[in-house]
Amino acid sequence: MIDDDLKNQPSRVDGRAKVTGAAKYIAEHKFPGLTYGYLVQSTIARGKILDIDSTEAEKKPGVIKVISHKNAPKLSITERPIPRPFYALTSPEIWFNGQPIAVVVAETFEQARFAAGLVKVTYDQQKSETNIRNAMAQGFTAGRDQADRGNPVQAFADAEFKVEAEYHLPIEHHNAMEPHATVANWEGSKLTVYEKSQGISGSVNYLANAFGIPAADIRVLSPFSGGAFGAALRSGPQLLIATMAARETKRPVKVVYSRRQLATAHGYRPESVQNIKLGADKTGKLTAIIHEATHNTSAHENFSEGLVGVSRSLYACPNVKTVAKITRLDLQTPLWMRAPGMVSGAFALESALDELSYKLKIDPMQLRLMNYAETDPDNGKPFSSKALRECYKQASERFGWSKRNPEPRSMRDGRLLVGWGMATGTWPAGQSPASARVTLRADGTALVESGTTDIGPGTYTTMTIIAARSLGLPIEKVRFALGDNDLPPSPGQGGSTTTSSVGTAVQEACGLVVKEIVETLGKEQNSPFAGVAVNDVLVENGGITVKGRSDTRISFADALKRINKENVSVLHRSTPNAGERSKYTIASHGAQFAEVKVDEEIGTIRVTRVVQGTAAGKIINPKGAHGQEMGGVVWGIGMALTEKTDVDHRFGRIMNPNLAGYHVPVNADVGQIETIFVDEDDKIVNPLGAKGLGELGLVGIPAVIANAVYHATGKRFRELPITPDKIIL
Amino acid sequence: MKSFSFKRAADPTNAVQMLGADKDSKFIAGGTNILDLMKEGIEQPTGLIDISRLALSVVKANPAGGVSIGALARNTDTANHPLIRQNYPMLTQAILAGASPQIRNMATNGGNLMQRTRCPYFYDLATPCNKRQPGTGCSAKDGLNRYSAIFGWSDSCVAVHPSDMCVALAALDAIVKVRGANGKERSIKFADFHVLPAASPQKDNSLAHGELITSIDLPTSACAKNSYYLKVRERSSYAFALVSVAAALDLAASGTIKTARIALGGVAAKPWRAEEAEKYLVGKKPGEAAFREAAKIAVSQAKPLSDNGYKVKMAERSIFRALTNAMNGGAA
Ligand SMILES: Cc1cc2nc3c(=O)[nH]c(=O)nc-3n(C[C@H](O)[C@H](O)[C@H](O)COP(=O)(O)OP(=O)(O)OC[C@H]3O[C@@H](n4cnc5c(N)ncnc54)[C@H](O)[C@@H]3O)c2cc1C
Ligand code: SF4
Repeated sequence: MIDDDLKNQPSRVDGRAKVTGAAKYIAEHKFPGLTYGYLVQSTIARGKILDIDSTEAEKKPGVIKVISHKNAPKLSITERPIPRPFYALTSPEIWFNGQPIAVVVAETFEQARFAAGLVKVTYDQQKSETNIRNAMAQGFTAGRDQADRGNPVQAFADAEFKVEAEYHLPIEHHNAMEPHATVANWEGSKLTVYEKSQGISGSVNYLANAFGIPAADIRVLSPFSGGAFGAALRSGPQLLIATMAARETKRPVKVVYSRRQLATAHGYRPESVQNIKLGADKTGKLTAIIHEATHNTSAHENFSEGLVGVSRSLYACPNVKTVAKITRLDLQTPLWMRAPGMVSGAFALESALDELSYKLKIDPMQLRLMNYAETDPDNGKPFSSKALRECYKQASERFGWSKRNPEPRSMRDGRLLVGWGMATGTWPAGQSPASARVTLRADGTALVESGTTDIGPGTYTTMTIIAARSLGLPIEKVRFALGDNDLPPSPGQGGSTTTSSVGTAVQEACGLVVKEIVETLGKEQNSPFAGVAVNDVLVENGGITVKGRSDTRISFADALKRINKENVSVLHRSTPNAGERSKYTIASHGAQFAEVKVDEEIGTIRVTRVVQGTAAGKIINPKGAHGQEMGGVVWGIGMALTEKTDVDHRFGRIMNPNLAGYHVPVNADVGQIETIFVDEDDKIVNPLGAKGLGELGLVGIPAVIANAVYHATGKRFRELPITPDKIIL
Repeated sequence: MKSFSFKRAADPTNAVQMLGADKDSKFIAGGTNILDLMKEGIEQPTGLIDISRLALSVVKANPAGGVSIGALARNTDTANHPLIRQNYPMLTQAILAGASPQIRNMATNGGNLMQRTRCPYFYDLATPCNKRQPGTGCSAKDGLNRYSAIFGWSDSCVAVHPSDMCVALAALDAIVKVRGANGKERSIKFADFHVLPAASPQKDNSLAHGELITSIDLPTSACAKNSYYLKVRERSSYAFALVSVAAALDLAASGTIKTARIALGGVAAKPWRAEEAEKYLVGKKPGEAAFREAAKIAVSQAKPLSDNGYKVKMAERSIFRALTNAMNGGAA
């Protein structure tokens, strides 16, 4: 997007609070008499704790209590057989290296940390397996089985042009700036926690189940989040442990994971091995897609994410087979991480398609256009809207794709090899029920509330924009509150559904406020609003006007005075129009074009230019959307070139659990990024017409970079990240 | 972290006395390394002696020639000092290739020499590591050793020294000036400052407990015009070197090479001088053929481990590149 287009768009409403420090993150919250809990983590990957000796730790100054499975109170979570979730401090069983096994509570953080180092643990250690290569044969169905489309095996065997390749993605960690943290305080039977959470209701339910207390006694607050990316979608051990420790010590307790500990705080993008077979005729028409994927789960739980779905929906191909498997490793259970499943699957599919384009000697974009899915190829349903073709067109033109020399290694900038690649992304546009309360006050301001969260995408801003537009108020007159289970309940922030779900609730609640005002006014004697329906009024400039009758204009302030109310407040729960939605496939799409420059001699790669074209319905918060699509590119640069969690399989232990060892891209790694938003007028997705775009922004990026690297070097990298050692070897 | 006492030294004499009096105490200068290590429980000094305010932070011309840089001058100030920029541009490049601006603003020159390895096992108390806990074994040798040494390692330790600055200092034949607890000054040649692991990897360098680095002296160098520091890393900044090269050439009037300096970072427990390659270059005409041959000689004795074979190739090509750039007047 061009800066000028964005200049006059609303900025983050919470931006000032965030940069001045006024916005408090979880670990910054305090209660009087606060104590500090520091976690002790296991140092083996599999086995049993024989004993935990905390005598020495307990003698140290400031130490209040050491809690482990030995003395932890019994939880009301019923023990279920495997597979089941992990609940910390409930048994001597060790499932993964770095598992929290005790907490030391002390008066200061440093006292707790020091004493934690003195807790002695003895184990009955068993052999562990963390190498997916050794566990492939034990893979089992991920429960995502779908019948074949057509006859893929035969079609592949008969295909004139074929690609068959294996793609490998490593474990990756979210590494959000803000660590996972909980601050817990009991007052009698009432519990208040500040919790890093992407889903307030989920945290409440977790606590209610774990401690057997009524949800009404629980208050969960999560007003600001320093990035979560999926890592806070599940309530983690720190919530359980801090709450338990606070109850046991009768003191408020804060538990914050250290950076090093975070590697096993919350799960990660699982390691995956994928095999793709593509068949095509000589014109480039796909005749077969066979996509088999295996990724790891833990030893105690079945976690599965959808890697292969992309191969069913992205291209019109009559013969498709997908197989999704998971396999057990002695690691923590994986977790959703931005564009879960889809980005891994798209890396394989979009790389394979690129490989096919070279075999066919057809331009990679042409190849995609040739196999463009006009309707959902998996179920024949129409798309509610799909401007992907326009994304290809606009983004390729902005990029200058037509000037590309198709020959690998043909483009140079001095000693650097230049490569141009392209890829496609998609993400389903979901919607869930959500609630909001809108209170319009006589002073012309509005308070809008919903118990959603804002993990960074700009939910505060987007909801403020929606409410301000729906009420005809300037943004400054609207305040949006979130992150509190006293507010109307909303779904967790995941899957790029918040704008669609919560935004719809906000918009509809605003409409109901206006409706109530119009109808109440209409009941007044001689009211110009008598008999006027809400659809007949214009809402703008802080007031309402009967359409076509400017003399009827009344400000909200006057209207409320007239109807004798200090405010009008509506609590509303919106639900998706399931019937209508089910007739369509509803998804966002995007096309990506990238340029890389490779210094082949010493192995370094720079992503110099990316154009990201996005079709995601109506864009409500342009700066926020631009930020999301840029952020997706930056994340994808990390996936493609730098990010990998190193596991030493001898110990089953993560060896780069810090930001010096786990390389996320720095500013200098990020070249020029342009975003283009192609408008879609979608009446089906929801009344806002907005699809999600946070996950989407990442989906095609690892592939587009790997494809550009191939074009530059003539070397195909099917295993990420493409680090300098791989280039030079 | 373990509780510790904190005292501020009044002057260098006071500093060495205080340190000498307590064998479990340590100096703290910028604190960018020692504090991290203390938080992780790797270093557990009972006392910290703050030397950051000692009057050892000047960069000045030495009357006998060369430049003396104070041990407590900040990395940033050192890199940007006109005497360094003019006479030792390679040192400026090396310092600025390291860490981040914020860290360089805190980090001191003495601390940079003393910083400890970034071997992941050294940082993880749950894994065996001879350098951290002698006698427990070396986890890296048969483990994740992508970042480990290809020169000078022993069965007891394969870690590399992480500094960029030190690679340039090694190439420049710097002298480390230290003062002992007895007040005596001594000079250590840079090549002798850091030590190879042999059987006692817990020892990184030849400084004795109680000794304070006071300055680092740079002899006059005729290489300023033809020098270059190249750092290859996994992202464009804020990452330790996979391989780095400090290369410098002094040309005779005839155009042939009079002296050559080549030092490698990221390949050994100390900055690795490629002396054979340097010797080979003397008298040669600078250019592709000579540089390629020198690079080949420099890595001929390399001993890669299971996962770091790439470093041999990378080092060879980086030497060639750095020499080429040095010849181009230090342009990339
Ligand atoms: C995230 C990160 C990234 C980094 N990246 C790089 C990089 O890419 N390249 C690079 O070269 N470096 C890098 N560094 C390391 C950085 O350069 C060092 O931490 C720094 O130079 C240490 O200096 P200091 O003054 O802070 O030392 P301190 O932490 O204060 O001290 C370190 C040690 O030196 C001793 N010491 C300090 N001064 C003296 C003295 N005068 N005499 C005797 N002993 C002394 C102390 O007792 C202590 O043991 C990085 C550091 C961090 C944290
Ligand atoms: S290489 Fe050295 S620092 Fe690393 S584990 Fe081995 S002994 Fe420890």
